[in-house]
Order: sequence, then C-alpha cells, then structure tokens
Amino acid sequence: MIKTDILIIGAGPTGLFTVFEAGLLKLKCHLIDALPQAGGQCSEIYPKKPIYDIPAYPEILAGDLTEKLLEQCKQFEPGFTLGERAETIEKQDDGTFVVTTNKGTQHQAPVVAIAGGLGSFEPRKPLIDNISSFEDKGVEYFIKDPEIYRNKRVVIAGGGDSALDWSIFLSDIASEVTLIHRRNEFRGALDSVDKVQELKNSGKINLITPAEVINVIGHTKVEGVVVHQSKNINEESILECDHFVPLFGLSPKLGPIANWGLEIEKNAIVVNNALDYQTNIPGIFAIGDVNTYPGKLKLILCGFHEATLMCQAAYKIINPGKRYVLKYTTVSGIDGFDGTRKEAPKAVVKKIE
Amino acid sequence: MEQDINIKITDRDGVTHEVLAPTDMAMNLMEVVRSYELAPEGTIGVCGGMAMCASCQCYVNSNHELPEMQDDEEAMLSEAFYVKDNSRLGCQIQITPEMEGLEVELAPEG
Repeated sequence: MIKTDILIIGAGPTGLFTVFEAGLLKLKCHLIDALPQAGGQCSEIYPKKPIYDIPAYPEILAGDLTEKLLEQCKQFEPGFTLGERAETIEKQDDGTFVVTTNKGTQHQAPVVAIAGGLGSFEPRKPLIDNISSFEDKGVEYFIKDPEIYRNKRVVIAGGGDSALDWSIFLSDIASEVTLIHRRNEFRGALDSVDKVQELKNSGKINLITPAEVINVIGHTKVEGVVVHQSKNINEESILECDHFVPLFGLSPKLGPIANWGLEIEKNAIVVNNALDYQTNIPGIFAIGDVNTYPGKLKLILCGFHEATLMCQAAYKIINPGKRYVLKYTTVSGIDGFDGTRKEAPKAVVKKIE
Repeated sequence: MEQDINIKITDRDGVTHEVLAPTDMAMNLMEVVRSYELAPEGTIGVCGGMAMCASCQCYVNSNHELPEMQDDEEAMLSEAFYVKDNSRLGCQIQITPEMEGLEVELAPEG
C-alpha cells in the first residue's frame, strides 16, 4: 500500500504543480497516470507545440513546460504510479481513501485530488466488427512487451509516429513486419520515415499502402487479417499473421472516475464554485480541466491557481485546527523533503565610506 | 450584427441548427459548434484545434469553396474513422464572410 498526504490522479501540468504547492505546506504527494510518462496532454499530444499564455514565459514548448514543472517540484519528492489507470476508490472508516489501479496497485491518502484533464487516454480502436473478440489473442493496441513478437508475423496499421517507430523496432525482432496505412504518406519524424523507407527497400518491412485492414480472421487467436487495397476497389486479400497491432492514436475518456459517485456535468466533475474545488464528496477535489463550475476556463494557468487553493483546503483536512499563514517563497525559501534548501541570498550590510 | 454569417449545423443526433457565427473573432467551425454547445464538451475539439484528434470531423454538404487542406489535416483525416470524401476538420475551417450559408454535419464520435 502506497501512503501519502495528497493522492493526485493525473500527472499533467496541474497535477505536477500541486506537488510544489503541497510541498510548501509540508504535504507529500503521489501521482497516478494512465500514460507511461508525466506531462499529460503536454507530453502525449503536443510536446513540440509552443504555448504562449504561461505567465512569464512568452513562449514555451509543452514538453519543456513538463520538464520545468518536474524540476520545480523535484525537492518535494513526488511518488509516481505511471502506466496505470485509477480504477476504484473506497472510503475507509478512518476517513481516508484507498484508490486501486487497473493493475491492482493500492494507494491510501486522506485527500484525493483529481487532476485528470479530459480523462485517461484510451487507444482508438478501428471499426472492425469482430476485433474485440481477438483482444489479447493477437490484437494489441499498445506494445508493452516487444518480446512477445519475437519470430512472429506482425501486422501494424497506422500512419503516425508510433506505427513507424514500432515497425522499425520490431523489424529486428519479428520474423515478418507488415505496415499498412490508408495513404502513401506518413506523418512522423523525418528520420523515422526515412528509416522505414530504407527497411522497405531492403525487404525488412513489407509496406502495403494505400490500404486498410477490414477484418480479422482466426479461430481462437489471430491467424490473419483481410486487407483492402484502396486503389483497386475489389481487391481484398488475406494476409496471414500472428499479431495485428492497430496504432491509431489515443483519445481521452473520463473512464472509471465517472463511476465514483461524483457529480458530473458536461463530461467534467462539478466542484463548489471556485471556493476550494472540493467535489460533492468531502476530501475529494477536482482541479484543472477535469472540473467545471460557473465561469470555468480550461487553461493551464487556471489549473495552477486551482491547485494552489485546493492545497490550502487539503492542509486543513490533514492538520485540523493547526495554525498556518501563507508564506512567500521570497521570504521563507523552500525546504525540500530531500534535505535541500533554496533561499534568497542575504543582503550585504556594509558601510560605504 | 452585420459581420455575422448564417451556418447550418446538423448535430450527431441528426438535428439541424441554424446559427449565427461572427467573422471578426478569428473563430473556426469547431469553436462555433462548441459556443452553441451542439456537441457535449469533451467530445469535440479535444486537442484544442491543432488538427491532432479528429474529434471535430464534419461532412461539408454545401458547395462552398473551402480553404485548401493542409498536410496535417490530411494526415489526421487519413487516420480518422467514418471518413468520407467531403470530410473536413472543423478546426481548420475559419469563419469568413465567404462561408455564408455553409451546411455541415458532425461526424460520429470516433
């Protein structure tokens, strides 16, 4: 059981800044995120896009913002459970909550802050009728363990970075790699596109474009896919394979959080009108893009503000009756949980003669 | 207002809405749909309008001359579902006076 003061669901910019604000109040944080890395949408969807409305940054790349937030909260030693989705929440007799992920990891905290953005990212599944019956029987939407493809015949579908990169990677492991895409053009880093071209020329990747997988065949597991070649309307062929990996990107879904008994409106969690962003369940807060209240704006900078107010409320729950006044970091500096201290250099007091 | 134009938008339930859209606020079609709440929040404009998610895919049913498709829109549509010949991403269609009378239908959520 992982124990912490504030359990944050979602490791995007709002969740990461919460670690900093909580740290100033000597509260420890642990973050859960379904993605394998921190940063949320900023890392997953648009790491190379510039953001222009972060105060004091005239321009910053979304990926760099994540790096800076991680650096800013580092001394408060946040814990991370990455690549796992928060699945259930249970209130305990002592008032704390236990949150369990889809992989069974358990977390306990007196305060839960949902900073889940638009929800957890789920793979976009192609519109093939029988595909769900082959899931985990040869159809995978993520590549978790490349070793399962060793000496197997693999068909990858998609036209973006992940389809290109995994085709390249698996060309050394699988016995046969086929990449299928609806167009001849791919969208990805230039060197990935060039590398696939090279592997295609040397016969290590079998490329079928423009084409689409329209069916999966097999008895108890994937034995092949039906490929429809767009340039020839009537051309359908069966391609024998052991694995079919559709990589059509991820789309966010509110997911299991929607079943936690929280009041939901417009795919967002209703909070108490900008007081401290508590939900209808005391002890559970919702901050950042995941919440809604009159006047709500889905902006990173608003998420930072919400995180800051929420931490003050969390302090009162965790330390009932204990005195505290807001301190300025310019005055008090920052004492990290790792023993580090940051503070303003002392002014020099010296006579001028 | 005189700089507003009329647009017909058919939502995902098949209901057609006639709406006014301003041409002087640098809005795109996806944002017009959101401003009238013709699709639930969180199901349209997920990426914010960067042509990176296809949640604002729509079918253009009138013969308006639309801005030419850029590479990123074309690439996104090539990975989207329910794509037809008249598919466009709403976030890539700017509201200009030339769009007066535009008729579009929102594609299913995918």
